[in-house]
Amino acid sequence: MSTPLEELLVQARKQVAEADTLGKLDQVRVHYLGKKGVFTERMKELGTLPAERRREAGAWINRAKDQFTADLEARKSALEAIELEERLMRETIDVTLPGRGQRTGGLHPVTLTLRRISQLFKNVGFDIVEGPEVEDDYHNFEALNIPAHHPARAMHDTFYFDEHTLLRTHTSPVQVRIMESQSPPLRVIAPGRVYRCDSDLTHTPMFHQVEGFVVDRDVSFADLKGILYEFLTLFFEQDMQVRFRPSYFPFTEPSAEVDIECVICGGGGCRVCKHTGWLEVMGCGMIHPRVFEFVKIDPERYTGFAFGLGVERLAMLRYGINDLRLFFENDLRFLSQFAAF
Amino acid sequence: MRFSEAWLREYVNPPIDTKRLVHQLTMAGLEVDSVESAAAPFSGVIVAEVLEVSPHPQADRLRVCVVSDGSGELLQIVCGAPNVRAGMRVPLAVEGARLPGDVVIRKSELRGVASFGMLCSAKELGIDDPQTGLMELPADAPVGVDVRNYLKLDDCVIEVDLTPNRADCLSIEGIAREVASLNALDWTAPSVPPVPVTSPETFPVSVSEPEACPRYLGRLIKGVSRTAQTPLWMRERLRRAGIRSLDAVVDVTNYVLLEMGQPLHAFDAAKLEGGIHVRYAEPGEKLALLNGQEVALDRDVLVIADQRKALALAGIMGGSDSAVVDGTADVFLECAFFTPSVIMGKARRYGLNTESSHRFERGVDPELQTRAIERASELILSIAGGEAGAIVEAASPSHLPQRAPILLRYERITRLLGMRIERPKVVEILQRLGMRLADHPEGWTVTPPGFRFDIAIEADLIEELGRVYGYESLPRRRPVMATAMRPVSEKFLDLDRLKNLLVDRGYQEAITYSFVDEARQALIEPEIPYLALQNPISADLAVMRTGLWCGLLDAALKNTFRQQSRIRLFEAGLRFARHGAGVEQRKSLAGLAMGSVHEEQWGEAVRAVDFYDVKADVEAMVKLTGREADLGFVAAAHPALHPGQSAEIRLGDDRLGWIGMLHPRLEKQLGFEQNVFLFELDQDVLLGRQIPMFRGISKFPQVRRDIAVIIDESVTVGRLVACVKSIDSPILRQVVVFDVYRGQGVETGRKSVALGLVLQDEAETLTDARVDETVGSVLERLSKEFNARLRD
Repeated sequence: MSTPLEELLVQARKQVAEADTLGKLDQVRVHYLGKKGVFTERMKELGTLPAERRREAGAWINRAKDQFTADLEARKSALEAIELEERLMRETIDVTLPGRGQRTGGLHPVTLTLRRISQLFKNVGFDIVEGPEVEDDYHNFEALNIPAHHPARAMHDTFYFDEHTLLRTHTSPVQVRIMESQSPPLRVIAPGRVYRCDSDLTHTPMFHQVEGFVVDRDVSFADLKGILYEFLTLFFEQDMQVRFRPSYFPFTEPSAEVDIECVICGGGGCRVCKHTGWLEVMGCGMIHPRVFEFVKIDPERYTGFAFGLGVERLAMLRYGINDLRLFFENDLRFLSQFAAF
Repeated sequence: MRFSEAWLREYVNPPIDTKRLVHQLTMAGLEVDSVESAAAPFSGVIVAEVLEVSPHPQADRLRVCVVSDGSGELLQIVCGAPNVRAGMRVPLAVEGARLPGDVVIRKSELRGVASFGMLCSAKELGIDDPQTGLMELPADAPVGVDVRNYLKLDDCVIEVDLTPNRADCLSIEGIAREVASLNALDWTAPSVPPVPVTSPETFPVSVSEPEACPRYLGRLIKGVSRTAQTPLWMRERLRRAGIRSLDAVVDVTNYVLLEMGQPLHAFDAAKLEGGIHVRYAEPGEKLALLNGQEVALDRDVLVIADQRKALALAGIMGGSDSAVVDGTADVFLECAFFTPSVIMGKARRYGLNTESSHRFERGVDPELQTRAIERASELILSIAGGEAGAIVEAASPSHLPQRAPILLRYERITRLLGMRIERPKVVEILQRLGMRLADHPEGWTVTPPGFRFDIAIEADLIEELGRVYGYESLPRRRPVMATAMRPVSEKFLDLDRLKNLLVDRGYQEAITYSFVDEARQALIEPEIPYLALQNPISADLAVMRTGLWCGLLDAALKNTFRQQSRIRLFEAGLRFARHGAGVEQRKSLAGLAMGSVHEEQWGEAVRAVDFYDVKADVEAMVKLTGREADLGFVAAAHPALHPGQSAEIRLGDDRLGWIGMLHPRLEKQLGFEQNVFLFELDQDVLLGRQIPMFRGISKFPQVRRDIAVIIDESVTVGRLVACVKSIDSPILRQVVVFDVYRGQGVETGRKSVALGLVLQDEAETLTDARVDETVGSVLERLSKEFNARLRD
C-alpha cells in the first residue's frame, strides 16, 4: 500500500524547506505537482476509489496540495529575495570611478566674449555682419575720412600686400560696406579679426574688434551714451561707473573714449588700471558727415553713431586673464579653463 | 606733449589743484598719460656761494672750499668737482640733508680734512642735465634759499597724449588757452614787442612754391656769443618737457617751439650761400641730416636750399652741413608756415618723427610766425647777444589757409547731442575757444581761429560744445528703435551650432594667426597661390594662410612640447588665396585630432584616434544640416595627407573639404610622434541646410535580413552600399554595414562585408516571399556588378 497522505505531505514540506536554490525548489515542485508528480498521481488514483470515498479523499489531497503549494510559494519568495540580495551584492560597483566616454572640449574665450557681445546687441535688434579681412585702402581708410598721409594712419601700423591692399586695421570698414549697400535704418554689429603691425607685451599682430553702428532719424549722442552704458553694465553684470571722454577718430564727430570704473579694483586704483581707477574699453562717436557723404547717405536726413571695442580687452577683464599673448598661443592648459559655457 | 605745471600756471592759474587740473584736461579730450614729480625727493639742499678754493694738502683731485650758506657762518667743504671756483653759486647739501637714493649727508673727513656738507651736481639731485660737474646756479641766486624752492622743483611734469586733431595744444600757450576756456577765465597770449634792429644786414629769401610755403620769415643775427650758456630756468623747462639742452641758440628755438608751438630752425649763416630758396627737391638730390642720416630726396619733398644745394628738409629736420655749431657767430633764423598736406607723410617716409614735423603736419597757426621769430630773437639776444637784422618775409597771403565761416544751427546742436544748451552758453564756449561768431537766422556763423585746423564743419563745432560743456553732463537715453520683426532663416545652420557640436565631441577651439610661415605652408598646400605681406612682423608670420591646417598643426605641435599627447582642436576663420588679380577669402572650419580616442581611463582599452573617428565628427556636423544623404567621401590625394587615408568630402555637387591622416613624411618632418588626423570644411557649403520634410510612418512591421557577401578588396563599401540602394526597391528602407571581415574562409585579396537590410512596406505586412525576392535581387545585382558571392 502507498505511503499515507499525511506522511507524504510531511516529506514534501521537508523537501521544500530543504531546497536551497530556486532550481532545486522547482525540482521539488515538479516531483510533487508535475504531470507525473506524486500528488498528481494520487489524484489520478481517486478514480479507483468507490464513489462515496472519492469525495473525501479528493478533499484531503487538495488540502495537502494547497499546503504544499503555500510552502512552495513562500519558499520561492524567500529564495528569490536571497538571490536578488546576492545579485545586488555581486553587482555593486565603485561609483567613485570616473565616467566613461568622450569628454567635452571648450570654446575659445574670445568666442565666448564675442557671443556675449553679439547676443546683447541682437536682443535689441542689431544684425550681425562680417566683412573681408583683406581690405582695400578705400574702405579701411579713405571712406572713413582718413586720407593718405593723415596722421591718424600712423596710429594704425598697417600690414600691406600692395599699395591698395591691406589687412584691415579695424572693423570699421564693415560699417562703410553696409552703408554702401543698405539704406537706413541700420543697426549692425560687425565682429571680427583685425591686424596691426605691432607685437610686444600688450600688442599682438592680430586681435578682435566689434564694430557697432546705428543710422536712423534723430539718433543722438545721448542715445549712444545710453546704449553703451547699458551694454557695459550688462556685459559685466554689475552696475558700474561709465564715463565718456572726448577723443578723436577721423570717422566720428563728436568722438569719445569710453572708460569704465576698474572692474579689478572697483575704482580704487591698481596695476591693471594704472592706478587711475578707470579702464579704457571702447571708442565711439557720432558718424562723421564726410563718411555719410562717401556712402551717399544724406547727413541732413539721418544721423548715426558708431562704436568699436577690443574683444580681448573685455575678455581679459571678464575672465581675469593677465597676459594678452595667451590668447593666440593655444596652450590647452589655457584653453581648457574656458570649457564652461 | 610734456610740460611743467608751474610753467603753465605762469600763463593761467585756475584755483584748482593738480589732481583736478589733470582730470579737467583728460575730460576735455587732452588725455593725461602721466603726472610725475619734476625732481626726485630730496631735502636740506640750499643755495650756497663758494668764497675760497684752495688745494687739498693730501689729494690732487680734491679742493678745500670755504662756502657761505647765508647764515653768516662759513663752512669748510671738500669738493672733487673740476669746475668748482670761487664766486660760483651752487647747491649745498648741508649736514643731515637727504639726497635722492636715500643718501644722507653727514660731517665727514676726506683724507684728513673735515667737510661739513657736500656741493652737488645736477645728477646728485636727481636732475637729468647734460652739464657735468657742480650744478652752477645763476649769480643772482639768493644764498641760503632752499634749492627746491629756488628751482621750483616741487612741480609736476604733466604728459598729455594729444589726439592728431589737437595740434593747437602742442604748446604751453595752447594748453593755457584750453585750460582758461575750461575754467571760464579770460586769457590772451602775451604780446611780443619787436627787437630793435641794430644790424643793416639781411639775407635774401625766395619761395618758388608758395602753395607749400605760404609764409617764410628769416632773420640774420650777427655776432652771437660762442660761449653763451643757456640759462638754468630755460634748461629746466626744456628738461621737464623732455628736451635735452644742446646749445644756446638751438635751446631757444626749442623753447619757443614749446612755448608757442612754432618750430624754428637756426642755420649757421656762414655756411649759407647766395640766399634762401624754398623749393622742391631736384632729381637725385641728397641731404645729410642733423641726426647723421643721409637721405635721397624725392621730388615731392620740400626743401630749404641756398644757391648751391638743399640745406634742410622743410618742416622736418635741418641738414648737418648748415647746422649751428660751437663756433657759429652769425645765425640765420627761419620761422615759416608750411602747408600741412605737403609735410604729411614725408617724415615717416624717412623714418623720422621730429617735434617740428609732428607740428607742421598737423598744422601750425599761420598767424604765429612774426610773434615767434621776435620771441626767439629776443631770447637769443638776451642770452647770447648779437645784432639783429631786419626780418625778411616771403609771404603769399592767398595761399595761407583761410578759415571760412561755418553755419552752426541751434536746432542741430540739440539733434546731435540729445540736449539743449542755452544760447548764451553756446556763444560763451565758442568765444573762449577763439571763435568769432555772427548771428544767423538759424543760429550763428562761426569763424574758427587760424590755429584750429580741426574745425571745418558744423559737427566739429558741436563737438567743441559737447566737450567743453562736458560729455559727462550730457544726458543718457535709451534709444527708441523700430521694432520690425527680423527674419530668421532655417535654410542656414548657425556656425555656433557646429562649434558647440565639436566642443561636445571633445574638441577645443583654437584661434591661430591668419598669417603663417611660408615654408611650412609650402609643405602643406604647395599648389594654392598665396598672398605675402609686404611688411610682415616676422618670417614665421609672413604669408596669409591658404587653409587652417598650418596653424592647427603648429598649435598641436607646441602642445605636444608641453607633454600633451591627446589633442583635439578646431578653428573657424578665413583662408585666403590669390585669385587672378584679386583675393578669395573663404570661411573655413577645420579640425585636428591626435592621441587616444578618449581621455585616459580605467575601464577601456586605449585606442588611438583613427580616420573613422574623425569622419564620424564630420558626419555629425553634416547631419545637423539635414543633408547627410548628399554626403560622400571620395578617396583622393592631398599633398599633406597619407595617400591611402585621405578623402575629398563631397556634399551634393560641391566639394565640402578634405579629411585624412597627416602624411607620415610630414608627420616626421614637423616633429610629431603620433598620427595626426585633419579635416577642413568650407563653411559656405556646409552651412546650407535642408529643411526637414515629414514622410508618413508605416504601420506595418519591419523585417531585417542580414547577408554577408565576399567581394574584391578593390570594391569599396561605399560602392557596394550604393549598388544595393540602386535596386530601387520600394520596401528597402535602410542598409547597415555591420561587419567587414578578412581572413580564414575568405580568399586573399577579397573581403567579406556583412550588410543588414531593413525592409518595410507602407501598405501591408511583408510576406517571406516578398522579402526573399528583394534580397534575391540585391544578391543578383551584387553578383553581376562586383562578382560578389554570398558567404556561407
